[in-house]
Amino acid sequence: MRHVLAVTVHNYPGVLNRVAGLFSRRGYNIESLNVGTTDNPQFSRMTIVVDGEPEVIEQVCKQLHKLVDVIKVSDITHEPAVNRDLVLFKVTAEPAVRGEIMQICEVFRLRIVDFGRRSLIIEATGEKNKLDAIEDALRPFGILEMVRTGQVSMVRGRK
Amino acid sequence: MELTGAQILIRCLQEEGVDTIFGYPGGRVLNIYDEIFKSNIGHILTRHEQGAVHAADAYARVTGRPGVCITTSGPGATNAVTGIATAHMDSVPLIVFTGQVGLTSLGRDSFQEADITGITLPITKHSYLVKDTKDLARIIKEAFYIATTGRPGPVVIDVPSDITVNKARFDYPKTVNLRGYRVLKKVNLLQINQAANVINESYRPVLYVGGGAIISGITDEILALAEKVKIPVTTTLMGLGAFPETHRLSLGMLGMHGTHYANYAICECDCLIAVGARFDDRVTGKIETFAPKARVVHIDIDAAEIGKNVRVDVPIVGDARTVLIELLARVNADTGERAEWLDRVEQWKQEYPLHYTQDGENVKPQHVIEQIYEVTRGEAIITTEVGQNQMWAAQYYKFSQPRTMVTSGGLGTMGFGLPAAIGAQIGQPDKIVFGISGDGSFQMNSQEMATAVAYNLPVKVAILNNGYLGMVRQWQQLFYGGRYSQTDLLGVSPDFVKLAEAYGAVGIRVERPEEVRPALEKALSIPGPVLLDFVVDREENVFPMVPPGGSLDDMLGGCMD
Repeated sequence: MRHVLAVTVHNYPGVLNRVAGLFSRRGYNIESLNVGTTDNPQFSRMTIVVDGEPEVIEQVCKQLHKLVDVIKVSDITHEPAVNRDLVLFKVTAEPAVRGEIMQICEVFRLRIVDFGRRSLIIEATGEKNKLDAIEDALRPFGILEMVRTGQVSMVRGRK
Repeated sequence: MELTGAQILIRCLQEEGVDTIFGYPGGRVLNIYDEIFKSNIGHILTRHEQGAVHAADAYARVTGRPGVCITTSGPGATNAVTGIATAHMDSVPLIVFTGQVGLTSLGRDSFQEADITGITLPITKHSYLVKDTKDLARIIKEAFYIATTGRPGPVVIDVPSDITVNKARFDYPKTVNLRGYRVLKKVNLLQINQAANVINESYRPVLYVGGGAIISGITDEILALAEKVKIPVTTTLMGLGAFPETHRLSLGMLGMHGTHYANYAICECDCLIAVGARFDDRVTGKIETFAPKARVVHIDIDAAEIGKNVRVDVPIVGDARTVLIELLARVNADTGERAEWLDRVEQWKQEYPLHYTQDGENVKPQHVIEQIYEVTRGEAIITTEVGQNQMWAAQYYKFSQPRTMVTSGGLGTMGFGLPAAIGAQIGQPDKIVFGISGDGSFQMNSQEMATAVAYNLPVKVAILNNGYLGMVRQWQQLFYGGRYSQTDLLGVSPDFVKLAEAYGAVGIRVERPEEVRPALEKALSIPGPVLLDFVVDREENVFPMVPPGGSLDDMLGGCMD
């Protein structure tokens, strides 16, 4: 099962290396790992999406905890949370099909952030399922390039 | 007052009460070595960085204090890698200073540059690359704290050369402030109550004791628990010495080369209490059939060890000392309900003792170990290499004191034993230190004979010389149709007596069983290092043996005929 881990770490060089190394060394299946700064410049927040049986996830959390630079590990899979992923698509867009693409953008509430002669860059944010659906919808037009940030998550409420 | 980084480093070591550094100098640590020269801290110069790390490791194992070692950058640091991994696997507190190229040369493939923090990432408890001399004292303070608390382990501090030159105010911190690292002080009493219930309800309990018990220094508590509840005790390789093997409740070692009775007891027990042990594959054999009838209590300081390999009924995370003291107060003294179990265990002991046959004129390796046990009255510190020599030492030396068995259990590092003997002797100068070695392993770090001679250390090294890489040969005999691929060393090893003499040590060769005892006595009477070359039965095997992937009750060999 897919688990979402919210991990607070020290903002030191090499911390990402320690975390990523742990996953590769112990053979855990990482689906996505996002890391960025927080309101406190001393800390970074990672959102790690990892696939595995409950015992494996428990091991992942315990092993993460053992890293000296890891301050907090929470498995927020079952928490009410806002989960977001940002994707940029560069799509072939000959004038003949542009209208159709723009319709899709409207339906999914996407933003066109670059308008070239033969291609568009479309920005999409949302949950994984929605982004997968968008990708499917855009594929027939020809996706020239796609980048995803990986999921970021935040638990709702004051927690 | 401002001090240079090198001066700060030495001052920090003095603050930590370090009396000995093991190391090897080089270009990037010249400033540090200059301060060592001026200081009163002892330094042991080994002949290879790997030897320095193993020696520091053994020093830590026999004293309980952290070992400190130092290497230069690049190859000096990479030579330390096996030593660091060895200490990591066996949870040994170690501080490893590695030199590094100057900050401005970092990442440019400079001469003797290696990314040692990167290389050692998965084999350290933590590591630091010092970027500012101002941080050095804090980092060293943290490193000692991390290395020695919780589940101990090695910490690498990579020190660029300009850090040792630059100056900063020296202020040794009194405390550490590590938000991501907390040492567990409390224990969960509910869990302990539950464990006590499981133990009180048991009729066939077994205590399974690992290296964590030695680190915690809880041999008295284990003895008390075993005697109060009448629990037979088996130890892992790392746990040898945590329970006196001369005690009637002792089952000796369990696992692949464990005793029949320890392994049978594991298979039949209804309650297994694991203390500071991690259910290693060499202990459990086939995991599905390990302790199948038992409710399992697992006590460990490292939460990640609990439930890692086996299903646990009562997990207890915490320092084994605190846990055992609480547990002892809650378990009921046995009133005879385990008599039947003890009888059964005793019967196994009578029926299936550790056993070898002295036939012909050959020296039996087991006999050598037994004789070493007798001449040292069981009071020596034993270091081992890895392979048959290690298993025979574990089986036939009856360990009764903690911190007397120094062996590379987790990583299984050949070449560990000789430098370990040196480090052990320096840590415990008044004890007899005996290195048990094989002719293969010995040659992996034989250069350290020079170190033993240079410091006139009275270490005795017994090579069980069978002219083979014996354990590998044993597997080839049993599982590879007797095809001895690349394991025959007969005639291609040096003359070990001459080798000892070349280093300025005493060499003694022993070829007949009746010469074993006198040779050992002679060795002990010599004040300096002695290398004993025991020419032993070539194809003697280590039995009993659980075949790889087999169940513990499925042992090969070792039965009385």
